[in-house]
Amino acid sequence: MTKARTLFEKIWGDHIVTHEPNCPAVLYIDLHLVHEVTSPQAFQGLRDRGAKVFRPGRTLATVDHSIPTTDRSLPIIDPIAARQVDQLRINCRDFGVPLYDLGSGHQGIVHVIGPELGLTQPGITLVCGDSHTSTHGAFGTLAFGIGTTEVEHVLATQCLLQHKPKTYEARFEGALPKGIVAKDLILALIAKIGIGGGTGHVLEYRGSAIGSLAMEARMTICNMSIEGGARAGMIAPDDTTIEYLAGRPRAPQGADWERAVARWRRLPTDEGAAYDRRVSVDVSQLEPMITYGTNPGMGVPITQAVPEPSSLPDANQSAALRKALAYMQLEPGRPLLGHPIDVVFIGSCTNSRLSDLRLAASLMKGRKVSPKVRVLVVPGSEEVKRQAEAENLREVFEAAGAEWREAGCSMCIAMNGDQLEPGQYCVSTSNRNFEGRQGKGGRTFLASPLTAAASAIHGAITDVRTML
Amino acid sequence: MEPITAFSGRMVALPMRDIDTDQIIPARFLKTIDKEGLGEDLFHDWRYDSQGRPKPDFILNQPSAEGAAILLAGDNFGCGSSREHAPWALMAFGFRAVVSTSFGDIFRNNSLKNGLLPIIVDETTHSKMLALVEKDGSAEAKVDLPEQLLRIPGGPEVSFSIDAFSKKCLTAGLDQLGYIRRQEAAIAAYEQTHPANIHTL
Ligand code: SF4
Repeated sequence: MTKARTLFEKIWGDHIVTHEPNCPAVLYIDLHLVHEVTSPQAFQGLRDRGAKVFRPGRTLATVDHSIPTTDRSLPIIDPIAARQVDQLRINCRDFGVPLYDLGSGHQGIVHVIGPELGLTQPGITLVCGDSHTSTHGAFGTLAFGIGTTEVEHVLATQCLLQHKPKTYEARFEGALPKGIVAKDLILALIAKIGIGGGTGHVLEYRGSAIGSLAMEARMTICNMSIEGGARAGMIAPDDTTIEYLAGRPRAPQGADWERAVARWRRLPTDEGAAYDRRVSVDVSQLEPMITYGTNPGMGVPITQAVPEPSSLPDANQSAALRKALAYMQLEPGRPLLGHPIDVVFIGSCTNSRLSDLRLAASLMKGRKVSPKVRVLVVPGSEEVKRQAEAENLREVFEAAGAEWREAGCSMCIAMNGDQLEPGQYCVSTSNRNFEGRQGKGGRTFLASPLTAAASAIHGAITDVRTML
Repeated sequence: MEPITAFSGRMVALPMRDIDTDQIIPARFLKTIDKEGLGEDLFHDWRYDSQGRPKPDFILNQPSAEGAAILLAGDNFGCGSSREHAPWALMAFGFRAVVSTSFGDIFRNNSLKNGLLPIIVDETTHSKMLALVEKDGSAEAKVDLPEQLLRIPGGPEVSFSIDAFSKKCLTAGLDQLGYIRRQEAAIAAYEQTHPANIHTL
């Protein structure tokens, strides 16, 4: 009998090209996604070596980070961003890499377009020069972020040198209470294990609550694996996964589809397989989650107060919290509910898919956002934008007083002009509340699309459960 | 890459835990298409005021930081974004090693590929080093990569671990891509037995 293996171990084992003693494994990469920010120096490296892109047919590029989310018929005003976008176009042309450019109908955040095209498939290895590549793990894919040197390695050889990570099982059991969504689950987990808790590990999310989630919600969970320190987070493929992929433009078709599905069915973790670590979360006890500090681990149930630094067990943690609260200008012991806000951002690779926009729209329908608050709704891709418009979500958002924008990363990373002013408070559906992440001096509260929409309407942090 | 063997250098302490790569180099400086000039924007928003003037109380603006080669950082240094601009910026400033009790995985990987040594020490050693730097800002530590030793003045020799492959590449100045490219036959054999499952073209 063969040894019981985890989902991760099956995919890892199936992608080892060679593994010499005292060396990392050479891992074959099935799909490489590329964007404008972390690739220019890698393409330049290829040029300097006189190398080619080894497998352009396993590579796909798009623009998402530096591009404006305003009228696409206008040129990019920021000359440095324009040059970076142009450089990607030149690189894709010179090296034969397919590019989903602005207006192609498929442009979008890399982690939104891979799944929607059906390119992100169970059992494959997938990398991108971007830490939120963990998103794709929702399909039972081994997907993780890499640096630019590694981008060059994969472009040149379709392979990557890797040491085998450890495994970490995160079980979510129970039924989701009203108003609790995937974002609350993952924020609760990160608050529990800390932002370095998963370092060196691959997370596998399991349990009845995970099984009950739709694919887009699973992507929200896997997306934030890196905020718990884990480079990858995975969920075993099941009927939900297979239904989602059926008929997608780049998913296997016909007899290939049947064979692929048979392969995917063998991927889930075997009974009795061992993990290096385990944690579990009782979903039925969760409240909507919100962060108060400057890293995603600084989160609490929304009805709780800002924590006291002196209550933390370790001096380094108290110091970090004190610094975070000074940056956030929040007082320990004060409630978060009712804290006034200036901006709401609904978007990012965590929460910019159709179901996220539907959640936000369900609250905004027939209501107005607070006149004191600027609300940006940024779909994750041109495809999401099209679908949302076909369902009249655009009308809902605009009638409520929110801005409906073009697809991109936007205020998640504030590279494109969509940014907070110094001192502004923002409830954001993105994944990072680091100092300055949404604009220099800006202050971020991370939360779900429901909490974001509820807070937009009241102009202050709001418990969505009071509106359901 | 230049081979790395042993070097000595002054230490600078940034003991705060969980310093993310967005602090090391803020995103708005990632619009560059090369690696030039990143040292000036290292820790930009901690280092300069809103007028772009150096903040005198920030450690990297103090005379002791000039020419420093070793950054003594708090736990989980380099968490967050995968931007390789973080080690590029640290190296452009002059750092050759970062010492902490742990690192973000991607930052650690990126650093090793660029010749910035991420050295993990235990908490006791870390506290000793912090105390030493606090007492004497000009204290120099010596890093000996072949021996995997960190020598702290007035303190013990501390051995650190590094995977054998990275050590070999760094001490010989070898590029890791060269190693993968030499596996050409194995890659071809792998592709033979694993027909293309993904088509982007
Ligand atoms: S949306 Fe934000 S986190 Fe996601 S890829 Fe873009 S910048 Fe990164």
